[in-house]
Amino acid sequence: MSKQLNVALIGNPNTGKTSVFNALTGLNQQVGNYPGITVEKKEGICKLPRGVKAHIIDLPGTYSLNASSLDENVVIELLLNRNDKDFPDVAVVVSDVENLKRNLLLFTQIKDLEIPCLLVVNMADRMRRKGITLDIEYLEQQLETKIAVISTRKNEGIDNLKQQIANYKELSIKPCLSASDIDVEYFNRLRNAFPNQLLYKLWLVITQDVNFGKTDRKVIDAIASFKTKSEGDLKRLQQKETIKRYQFINNVLKKGQTIDASQATDVRAKLDRILTHKIWGYVIFFFILLTIFQAIYDWSSIPMDWIDSSFASLSNWVKDTFPGGGKVTDLIAEGIISGLGGIVIFIPQIAFLFLFIAILEESGYMSRVVFLMDRVMRRFGLSGKSVVPLISGTACAIPAIMATRNIESWKERLITILVTPFTTCSARLPVYLIIISLVIPEGRILGLSYQALTLMLLYLIGFGAAVGSAWVLNKILKIKSKSFFVVEMPNYKVPLLKNVALTVLEKTKSFIFGAGKIILAISIVLWVLASYGPGEQFNNAENIITEQYAQDNLSTDDLEHKIASHKLEHSFIGIAGHAIEPAIRPLGYDWKIGIAIVSSFAAREVFVGTLATIYSVGSDDEETIKNRMAGEINPILGGPLFNFASGISLLLFYAFAMQCMSTLAIVKKETNSWKWPVYQFTIMTAIAYIFALIAYQFLK
Amino acid sequence: MQHTIAHLKRGEKGIITDVSSVLIPLKLLEMGCLPGNLVELVQVAPFSDPLYLNINGSHLAIRKETAIHILIDRIDE
Ligand SMILES: Nc1nc2c(ncn2[C@@H]2O[C@H](COP(=O)(O)OP(=O)(O)OP(=O)(O)O)[C@@H](O)[C@H]2O)c(=O)[nH]1
Ligand SMILES: [Mg+2]
Repeated sequence: MSKQLNVALIGNPNTGKTSVFNALTGLNQQVGNYPGITVEKKEGICKLPRGVKAHIIDLPGTYSLNASSLDENVVIELLLNRNDKDFPDVAVVVSDVENLKRNLLLFTQIKDLEIPCLLVVNMADRMRRKGITLDIEYLEQQLETKIAVISTRKNEGIDNLKQQIANYKELSIKPCLSASDIDVEYFNRLRNAFPNQLLYKLWLVITQDVNFGKTDRKVIDAIASFKTKSEGDLKRLQQKETIKRYQFINNVLKKGQTIDASQATDVRAKLDRILTHKIWGYVIFFFILLTIFQAIYDWSSIPMDWIDSSFASLSNWVKDTFPGGGKVTDLIAEGIISGLGGIVIFIPQIAFLFLFIAILEESGYMSRVVFLMDRVMRRFGLSGKSVVPLISGTACAIPAIMATRNIESWKERLITILVTPFTTCSARLPVYLIIISLVIPEGRILGLSYQALTLMLLYLIGFGAAVGSAWVLNKILKIKSKSFFVVEMPNYKVPLLKNVALTVLEKTKSFIFGAGKIILAISIVLWVLASYGPGEQFNNAENIITEQYAQDNLSTDDLEHKIASHKLEHSFIGIAGHAIEPAIRPLGYDWKIGIAIVSSFAAREVFVGTLATIYSVGSDDEETIKNRMAGEINPILGGPLFNFASGISLLLFYAFAMQCMSTLAIVKKETNSWKWPVYQFTIMTAIAYIFALIAYQFLK
Repeated sequence: MQHTIAHLKRGEKGIITDVSSVLIPLKLLEMGCLPGNLVELVQVAPFSDPLYLNINGSHLAIRKETAIHILIDRIDE
């Protein structure tokens, strides 16, 4: 394998690194107007001029090389470890033309590491509107670098950037200022003790709050003379260093950049006056949420009905077209198609949900919500930044839990991780929607449908459970960690259609394929278990039933139906279902629902598909999932199985229960211990059971 | 009396005079919160917490507990 050129994209949060990455590699990583969208290293390949192949690494944003949260650590670890296979041959520092001053701080630090550095000034399309002009030649000379002015939004300057990356050998590795002047004597001592090490690297290792696994901090600590500086002294030195860097930057920009304020138009101030207003800010936020729920209901019912009936016809078509297929046809028509139909039907609603979240993120509104909610969230031991995981958790808890990485305080972060699975994720949506449509009457109040309001209530319950348990955790967890909060308020941006569309597409796709795989597997297993059984009762069902109803003069259809359900009751799955029935009967469920609940411990969205598979085994009519469920009769009490009491009980069970393997896995990864996912699973499921029990016993 | 950022009213400005390096996280300094820089209070949340600031062109929000450690000279207009 020939050596590739390693290119790392580094820069402050929200400067457009991922946008540059996508432009270079042709990939579609998620972009969003909120600092901290990227929390992991992402890699891709880019073809440069003259046949050079570059390995591009997109990194989380960082304000400096002094890490204060986990996502920033990734960057520093990479830059300090020359043996890392991804160690960059060239660092491309991406900056935002409107925040050049602050962005250059990081640039000067990276220069001190003597890595070839290329400066990208992104968002050039905004220069005119803000009245900014740059003297590129002067800046290149002062900063000892080459500069590429680009706009990923307008797709300008990308080819030139590729050219400049290919010419990386011409970049100077001279630092642009000497930071060691802040304490000449100390740095001289350091240099003498470690003549072979880079001075700035040593300094970074000494001052980092966080411990890097492998880095040679211990070696430095081992030499006693360097412990002479107290922590306070070191901090003072760091402050001095920062001031010195800013002095340099200010001087450079004084000549290199002119801002004509009279040219600038400021929509931001006007928007902020309303959107972050003490009262209106909250009112608007509430209405945005309300609109989302109404939209999920009203806009997607048409495509949903269409999908539902298409799948029913498809299943029937398979049966009619391949009648000779026997068991295989049955498996495909009853097991797989019904199971998959149970998830595909929810694509419209899930896509809408993703669409709204993407718009909130791309517009810059998310940071305003963080600002509005911080005070409230802190009461519960959370941070304003916890709002982002809690909102994006409505799509899926997995990325949401990863998005907690930019929360500075470990305690606030841990609590956020632990409570995020309570928020109503899109996998619960299928269950909610189908149950609501069965047990909540149609009709409207003030133009809002009862069903949409019930859905909103369920989201509020999820949110309330998250916040409430955060409050409890905050009281019982004895973790000391410095709580500190700063969040950048980005400019408002008109969401770029392409970005939003791609995000929605990617997320929906991975939801469907992720869920699809599990559902496919489970449907097949369930179908087999439902279609075979041990013993006389199953194998001899025809005779038993025919005899039993010999006097009743049943039509052939009715008789066949009776046989099929007798078989199902005595199939493997029926036996298993009856075994667990005592535990779930007090909640108002029959054994079929029980099986659906058990299988949805793998993933919640399996619920509808499981029921669809179980119900369709042995039934020949072309029926939609919903109609089949509506037709189920409670075996003991009579009347519809899915009535108000059992429906509410099911809704509450799904609202609280921790039924997602993947989430547990990610919690284990992020907290680095099995303890937390195990607690989470046990406690959430117990809460679910208790609430479902109370609800059913009161309402029945 | 010494003023801090927490004393500002919405729309008021000041010049940062001193930042306690022990109590203020380095990250905030790196985001531009340094002596000599201009600060404007853009917006306050209910109970004046957190505070939405424009420091030297950077827009950021910090909590009141942090803001009381950043000393300023008020600019009266
Ligand atoms: N006007 C304008 N906006 C841009 C440009 N490039 C990116 N953006 C927007 O800037 C925002 C941030 O872009 P990202 O690519 O997610 O930034 P990032 O640096 O990867 O951010 P983090 O991963 O959060 O650190 C998005 O809203 C983009 O649409 C540009 O050239 N012009
Ligand atoms: Mg990014």
